[in-house]
Amino acid sequence: MHIAPAFSCLEIVDSIYFELMDRQQDRFVLSKGHGCMSQYVILEALGVLAKEDLDRYCTPQGCLGGHPDYGTPGIEASTGSLGHGLSIAMGMAYAEKLQKKDGKIFVVLGDGEMQEGSVWEAMMMAPNLKLNNLIAFVDLNNYQGLGKTSETHPNFYPIVDKCRAFGWETEEVNGHAHQDICQAVSLRKGERPLMVVCHTIKGKGVDFMIDAPIWHYRSPNGDEYAHALANLQEVAA
Amino acid sequence: MRNKFAETFYKAALEDPKLCLVVADISPAGSIEKFRQDFPERFLNTGVAEQVMIGMCAGMCQNGLRPFAYTIATFALYRPFEMIRDDLAYQNLPVTVVGIGGGVSYAALGGTHHAQEDIFIASSIPNMQVIAPSDPLETEEATRHCVAQTKGPIYMRLGRAGEPILTGDAVDPFVFGKVRYLKKGKKTCILSYGAIMSLAVELYEDYKKRGETPSLVSMHTLKPLDRQGLSQILSNYEEIIVIEEVSPEGYVSGKLKQLAWEEKSLAKIHTFALQDEFIHVYGKPHELLAAHGLSLEHINSKMRA
Repeated sequence: MHIAPAFSCLEIVDSIYFELMDRQQDRFVLSKGHGCMSQYVILEALGVLAKEDLDRYCTPQGCLGGHPDYGTPGIEASTGSLGHGLSIAMGMAYAEKLQKKDGKIFVVLGDGEMQEGSVWEAMMMAPNLKLNNLIAFVDLNNYQGLGKTSETHPNFYPIVDKCRAFGWETEEVNGHAHQDICQAVSLRKGERPLMVVCHTIKGKGVDFMIDAPIWHYRSPNGDEYAHALANLQEVAA
Repeated sequence: MRNKFAETFYKAALEDPKLCLVVADISPAGSIEKFRQDFPERFLNTGVAEQVMIGMCAGMCQNGLRPFAYTIATFALYRPFEMIRDDLAYQNLPVTVVGIGGGVSYAALGGTHHAQEDIFIASSIPNMQVIAPSDPLETEEATRHCVAQTKGPIYMRLGRAGEPILTGDAVDPFVFGKVRYLKKGKKTCILSYGAIMSLAVELYEDYKKRGETPSLVSMHTLKPLDRQGLSQILSNYEEIIVIEEVSPEGYVSGKLKQLAWEEKSLAKIHTFALQDEFIHVYGKPHELLAAHGLSLEHINSKMRA
């Protein structure tokens, strides 16, 4: 289970679905597929998935796995492997242009994911194609499987400069602030693809998951689960 | 073959505005240049970036287009393997990946450019269909099939340019997924596919010189494999010779032997294919193939030993 990675991008995905996206014509690709629990709960809230689908998560009776799979209602791409979603989203964005349609393609990447070379192939290509209908977010939670990204890859920072150098329009926001996320998109110049670098907290909402790399993967036991729920109720209140 | 592909693709693209060609910095040959000039928006060059080439094809297909990815076979299949597996095959999208220079067609360019394992690699992926036409005419038929089909991804292995016409007077028409008799004879059946079909034709002619008339079969579709067609061949012939430009030791070769065992066939099966070794020879394709025992002389010496 990837619980903490889902909490870090929850507000980003929520903002995309509930404010930024025109669900009739736009598409959303969660490139950091391991954060899919954030997407599942939102799709359930939208009625695309049923509550039973969530209850049957990762069971043979259900349709939802630990990574999103194309063909599941509301899921646009199978992104269990990192470094795929941006290219797929680019293809979708290019197809929109070619078919003279107005749809936008939203994509959320992980910061660890950006170590994949394929991401940079896509980063280089998207501005060449003038894909101003491509809107990407980096969930910059500063943690990946084996530790702090800023410690293992210090030269990766500042990320926003790298994105700008590759020809993207960029914005940098608090990735848990709905207003800021939405403004970054609504106030864009819109001539080039947009990369919104979102500063986030991995495991946000559950105190013991914050700053604890083990929660990239780990599943909670009974006590931890109860504690996490209590934490989340406090946040919701 | 690549020119025939380009010509056929161009004709189809005139009718179908969804057809697009996505290349990774490969110099356009023949009609592909014409396609690029006439449909600049439907010709996309990702540069030396094969992962994006495949990923974009997936996204374009998911959003209503019919893209073909096109570059040298090793770069088309090996470099972006996971994109082919996950984005195309796992998502089961009707995208065709065209690998040119399949086998050892790029004979002077070294092992990095030899797609000797491509048939095995592509065939091992669920949902993937694999096709390797034997000459320009089969390339035309195969391309027409790829353009029209909607059932999932296809890997199409092509050679280079200038391959001879070998299937002009074929007994059977080209049908995807079916063995195709080019010549019908008795006792012996020679099976092959891809550019090395020219060696199979040489062997066929050699038999004729000796007063025997074997059958000659094109196995252009490797996946799905025509088990029924192969089964009939096992029943109808005393001797079967398989010639393949594929390592290790041939794809159809092993499948046919497995089927022969399952069906308790008594046919003698002789297989000739690339060995499980890289080729450190530079020259013409036939010179590289000969280094792995794929020559008329070597086949004859083995058959008569």
